[in-house]
Amino acid sequence: MYQETKISRQKRRNQRIAFGIFTFFSYFIVAILFSILAFLIVKGFGAISWEFITEMPKEGMTKGGIFPAIVGTLILVIGSMIFAFPIGVMAGIYMTEYVKDGWIKRFIKLMTNNLAGIPSIVFGLFGMALFVNKLEFGDSILAGALTLGLLALPVVIRTTEEALKAVDNTFRQASLGLGASKWQTTRKVVLPIAFPNIITGLILSIGRVSGETAPILFTVAAYFLPKLPTGIFDQVMALPYHLYVISTSGTNIEASREIAYGTALILILIVLICNILANRLRKYLSKKVKKY
Amino acid sequence: MRKKFQKFQEKFIEGLLMLSGTITSLTVVLIIVFLFNEGLGVFNNKPIDEGYILAINKSNSVKKLSALQIKNIFDQKIKNWDKVGGPNEKIVLINIDDISDYYTEIQLGKDFENLHFCINDYINKHKGVIAFFSESSLPKKFLGKVINIDNIKLSEFLLDEEWFPTATPVAQFGVKPLILGTLWVSFGAVLFALPIGLFAAIFLSEIAHKRVRNILKPLIELLAGIPSVVYGFFGLVIIVPLIQQVFDLPVGETGLAGSIILGIMALPTIITISEDAMRNTPRAMKEASLALGASKWQTIYKVVIPYSASGITAGAILGIGRAIGETMAVLMVTGNAAIIPHTLLQPVRTIPATIAAELGEAGAGSVHYQALFALGCILFIITLVINLTVGFVTKGKNQKKH
Repeated sequence: MYQETKISRQKRRNQRIAFGIFTFFSYFIVAILFSILAFLIVKGFGAISWEFITEMPKEGMTKGGIFPAIVGTLILVIGSMIFAFPIGVMAGIYMTEYVKDGWIKRFIKLMTNNLAGIPSIVFGLFGMALFVNKLEFGDSILAGALTLGLLALPVVIRTTEEALKAVDNTFRQASLGLGASKWQTTRKVVLPIAFPNIITGLILSIGRVSGETAPILFTVAAYFLPKLPTGIFDQVMALPYHLYVISTSGTNIEASREIAYGTALILILIVLICNILANRLRKYLSKKVKKY
Repeated sequence: MRKKFQKFQEKFIEGLLMLSGTITSLTVVLIIVFLFNEGLGVFNNKPIDEGYILAINKSNSVKKLSALQIKNIFDQKIKNWDKVGGPNEKIVLINIDDISDYYTEIQLGKDFENLHFCINDYINKHKGVIAFFSESSLPKKFLGKVINIDNIKLSEFLLDEEWFPTATPVAQFGVKPLILGTLWVSFGAVLFALPIGLFAAIFLSEIAHKRVRNILKPLIELLAGIPSVVYGFFGLVIIVPLIQQVFDLPVGETGLAGSIILGIMALPTIITISEDAMRNTPRAMKEASLALGASKWQTIYKVVIPYSASGITAGAILGIGRAIGETMAVLMVTGNAAIIPHTLLQPVRTIPATIAAELGEAGAGSVHYQALFALGCILFIITLVINLTVGFVTKGKNQKKH
């Protein structure tokens, strides 16, 4: 019969203590994070109404809605994606399908990683120096969207690369063996298989871009502008900047709390929806791709 | 013909792809050029507003003063010229705005046309005078002496302890309190986020049931996507008042509030990266350990953690990097006082928060504007070092594996 020794008893006790601590802290931290989320969501739902989403801010931004900020953020996200998506995907294709392993690839990779690590406020400085002042776009949608696009670029590149790398090499070999060219192989074989993962990455980066504040502070965001933009050289309000303004420097901070909770909820919802959408779409599309 | 066209198409597309591939490198280079071009400009400038001068009596032997000395003189902390290498003479301050206190309207003239004479007269009469006025009112036959003000020096910029970019007569650009504030808040954040994050990572990768893990992991990743301004808002409405009550402080906007919010924000990064690293531990290694009679816990801390040490380090460093560069949340909860922090219960001001708060007011091309770009350079260098360290740490691991 197996007799439990002193050592093995000790071993078991240590393990129980350690695992107890880990489990406790994990649930503790998850509980904290989710109580933050729950708090903001519950508070926010009280503020949200149809008027809140569709009306202009009123009475020094203490009443009314946040319609121009929603539209502004939407425009900025679309604008930045028009810039970042094609370039990012093409760069990803170049990195995985075309360039051979060597110093060029290493260099580009290093630069992309560094770009991803640069703080968003530095993008704001750069956007202001280049787009606003040097190229004289002024505070405009164009300057803001380009700055946000640069910020999103490394994310798009990385997702594309990962999606393409996940495609089995036999597909490429089969296609090339049948006499297809490199581009034909990429376009007709590799890209369709990688498409679900690429599109998922794109949606996730939309979530990220829509909440960024620091890059738009000095390139596009307007403190208070109760009308919709008419061209790409106009300023717009944006959701994250609006939340910052009404919670720290608005005309009446206490009176605009309600609006602030609502705005925070909208920002959280954008991220949530992007995540859910990305997951659903990935599942749906990868089922479709499997048919091939 | 068709083949030729196809070949051309292939080449064209490859060129296009290559162009896109190089655009990130181009962006990084452009960022460096613009940042450093504007930022280094600060060292070719004087901290005094353009078009303004400081003048003293001719008999005064002082030739030049540093920005800090001038500030102390005008704050009346230095009251005698001998403190700054001049004669033993009491310092008399005069500001051009106050000149009507000393001269009547008739003496000054209707539209201050006799201002020149009055300035000359005043500076000549008082031996310990120091006057601050615009260059345009400098008399043609000036009886006093204009003081040389040095350009801003790198050593002053980094080591001075005063940040008053809009002070008159001379602005103070000492970034030491900002750098210390940034590091203070970031390390405070990592100090509490790292152990908790590691516990959670160990739990998720080694202890938790697969089903629990599949629920918790995506949720934690989701939290990484919540915008920083939302975290900042939460900090403002919950954590700041809480700190104010618990510690009985006049204001709750403190370094501690910043550290807590940054810690919460850094948690998902730390958890995800170290969890990934732990799960990469080869199964054979774990099984060998278990087969030798080690308990699960012994296996974790003798096999899994040492194996994934580099990944955990990378997670921690990236967490610090994220915290150092974080702008909005910090701006909203730390109180933004540019003083060197001694405890976490004081307001602090970080580099990103300073840029965000002040760039809007600094006119393009002004010294202040350039100083903020210089701050951006410092931030850029810090994050570059962090990124390279992470690359180095994870690379070492890959080599070990093969």
